[in-house]
Amino acid sequence: MDHQPVTIAAAVLVVALCLVPLGFVVAATVDAGPALVRRLVWRPRIGELLVNTLSLMVVVVPATVLIGVGAALLVERTGVPGWLSAAFVAPLAVPAFVMSYAWATVWPSIAGLAGASLIATLSYFPFVYLPVLATLRRLDPSLEESGRALGLTPSGVLRRVVLPQLRLPVLGGALLVALHLLAEYGAFAFVRYDTFTTAIYDQFRSTFAAPAASMLAGVLVLLCLLVLGGESAVRGRQRHARIGSGVARRQRRIVLGWWALPVTIAVAALLIAALGVPVWSLGHWLSVGVALDPAIVSALGSTLGLALVGALATCLAAGPIAWLSVRRPARWSRALEGLAFVCSSLPGIVVGLAFVTVAIRWVQPLYQTAALLIAAYVVLFLPRAVASLRAGMAQVPVGLGEAARSLGQGPVRSLVRVSIPLLAPAFGAAASMAFLGIAGELTATLLLSPTGTSTLATRFWSLSSELDYPASAPYALLLIALSVPMTIILFRQTGGDRP
Amino acid sequence: MSLRITRRALIGAAATTISAAALAACSKPGSTSTPGSADGATLTIYNAQHETLAQEWMDGFTKATGIKVTHRQGDDTEMANQLVAEGANSPADVFLTENSPAMTLVENAGLLAATSEEIRGQVPSQYRPSTNAWTGIAARSTVFVYNTDKLKQADLPASLMDLAKPEWKGRWAASPSGADFQAIITAILQLKGEDETLSWLKAMKQNSTAIKGNSAVMKAVNAGEFEGGVIYHYYYFGDQAKGGQNSAKVGMHYFGHQDPGAFVSISGGGVLKSSKNQEAAQKFLAYVTGKDGQAVLRDGTSFEYPVASKVAANEKLKPLSELDAPTIDPATLNSPKVVELMQEAGLL
Repeated sequence: MDHQPVTIAAAVLVVALCLVPLGFVVAATVDAGPALVRRLVWRPRIGELLVNTLSLMVVVVPATVLIGVGAALLVERTGVPGWLSAAFVAPLAVPAFVMSYAWATVWPSIAGLAGASLIATLSYFPFVYLPVLATLRRLDPSLEESGRALGLTPSGVLRRVVLPQLRLPVLGGALLVALHLLAEYGAFAFVRYDTFTTAIYDQFRSTFAAPAASMLAGVLVLLCLLVLGGESAVRGRQRHARIGSGVARRQRRIVLGWWALPVTIAVAALLIAALGVPVWSLGHWLSVGVALDPAIVSALGSTLGLALVGALATCLAAGPIAWLSVRRPARWSRALEGLAFVCSSLPGIVVGLAFVTVAIRWVQPLYQTAALLIAAYVVLFLPRAVASLRAGMAQVPVGLGEAARSLGQGPVRSLVRVSIPLLAPAFGAAASMAFLGIAGELTATLLLSPTGTSTLATRFWSLSSELDYPASAPYALLLIALSVPMTIILFRQTGGDRP
Repeated sequence: MSLRITRRALIGAAATTISAAALAACSKPGSTSTPGSADGATLTIYNAQHETLAQEWMDGFTKATGIKVTHRQGDDTEMANQLVAEGANSPADVFLTENSPAMTLVENAGLLAATSEEIRGQVPSQYRPSTNAWTGIAARSTVFVYNTDKLKQADLPASLMDLAKPEWKGRWAASPSGADFQAIITAILQLKGEDETLSWLKAMKQNSTAIKGNSAVMKAVNAGEFEGGVIYHYYYFGDQAKGGQNSAKVGMHYFGHQDPGAFVSISGGGVLKSSKNQEAAQKFLAYVTGKDGQAVLRDGTSFEYPVASKVAANEKLKPLSELDAPTIDPATLNSPKVVELMQEAGLL
């Protein structure tokens, strides 16, 4: 293939861009020298932040797993009404910092580990629920039937047959929750719970891009790498494979019986907390009726503009990596993809800090431009786009392109007339994922947005941190409205909308 | 055939939308400025003052002169360090702060141009540094806000330094990550020296709760979560003007007696040496320190003290002359040292 070198070069370039944040942290550490590093890292405050960040993970990750798995089992294996399957995904449409704002409305003194855990659990449990639900739907009932035939009780079947098969989706979901806990800024700043991310932003606000901020970023990056490494170690090599695809027939439903009452109460409490509170708070502030902030129109405009360009750029950057991973699966191409994935899992605050520093020192013309912000978005949202594109590419038979070539079409025409139309849906899904992620991004945008540009997220943040709750409400509403489509896409992707 | 046309039309439409959006995202005011010429130029303000107040100044200035203004919002020392990092390549024309230490930081890096005769004529000498590298544009007073249900007047601390005593453990809050509080610490550092400041900060780490934002501190005090908090005066008046939702149960205690807690902080404005719009930038500061600019402080919702052009303060405020503030030369306030001490005390 004659265009392969170009594709490889493009993929390497994209991965190089993704390596900027990691390279920045390493360079800043070397630059600071051992004495300064010791002064900034080896101090009680870092220990405090470690304890805070880790306690949050210890509380929230198990809580989201419990709720996510429980909700999925309930939807899939009992006779609860079908709309519940969608209701459990709906909290994804409420950005975590809007969730904090809503809770601070009904519970003004919400603070500390309890507050932060509550907000994070409510915002993130769908990350576990969705993959578990998708897996439950694909399970072949014959395995469970064999279990029962071999004398297992229903709870024994659950414990020994069903739950082991949920290991991978649970781990995947838990990984996502853990990474979000490390990266989230707004939600925790709101309930005054200090984590590494909030502390980095505090340092930035006092010292700009000085060593104090980058050293904290270094510790945060180590935590992220530990989480990623931990997940892949626990995941191990065990596979739940079988020969033949099996048949995903309808499962036998469990009759809840006298459990119906406590389950109903628990579900009602969860939905009130995760959906009722945001809806009520927004309704309350919108009905207070304030003069609409005139900046909202320009904020909406720049949000849409940045998200559109950013989504397109992210998809273009994801293309070569996805193509290599599908068409040239080799150790090096997997390594390239893995590297991009790891680097893109770093928090927005680290990416923002890295890009500010790099631009101000070495690429002045890009400093404070929309282009630089877009580049940061590409790094942050690349994995989502790669995943969508890869799935799409895997479904396009190689033979079709070759057939077009053998019928006399040039490489470009065969690309335009065969591959692109076939890839359009995957491209669309990838672009929407990136678009919606960008539309709600806060930390990197705070650091990198061009002078005079504010987005819905940054404007919401500045109004709500001045406690102007009524004026923040329209922004919260728009942020939710922009997140709804992504939630629907995610729900569809996991097959959640099929009975 | 028709399918292909539709697809082509779709791609065309998508391309048009994307390029329009790209234009909207990229062609911000400021990138269209023509350096050097007064008309058509856009001033870039690095603003660390409250955004609503700065917006009033910017709108008023544009209305009066026709000169367009765009701004970048940030915090005092963040933007000061940013300006230092940017150096001669800074896109900023004017820098506005909430407190003077950040201004001094930029001045010490040699990045500020001297203020014009017009500005010096408008601002009394106690509200500008002797170097005239920048000018005072407004002032604010430190205050101890307290919950009137939980704390009697007789039990109020006599000095800011008292809050380090063990009996105040768990009873007060502040926003140490903010520039306002850090400016108050520069006053302690200047008046009491490094050792006493560090031990005060270490006691504060034990005694107080860190909250993000001064409004949030006042709100928590009002709700009775804490007995008191250290913030600036205008948060109270701003909230009272909006109906007092977060300040109904808040009392104001001015330390007076030239205590570090009676520190009056001067907000600064300066023109960057590297600015290609020197004349317009000086004009902007002259507007801010002029009658109209200062009247915004008297009549608007900021409740900060005017410092120039003989404009009186909002009559709801306790007059500046009655605050009995310590005398401190703003040029001596050392914010990098304070950040270092706060890091050492574990507050940052």
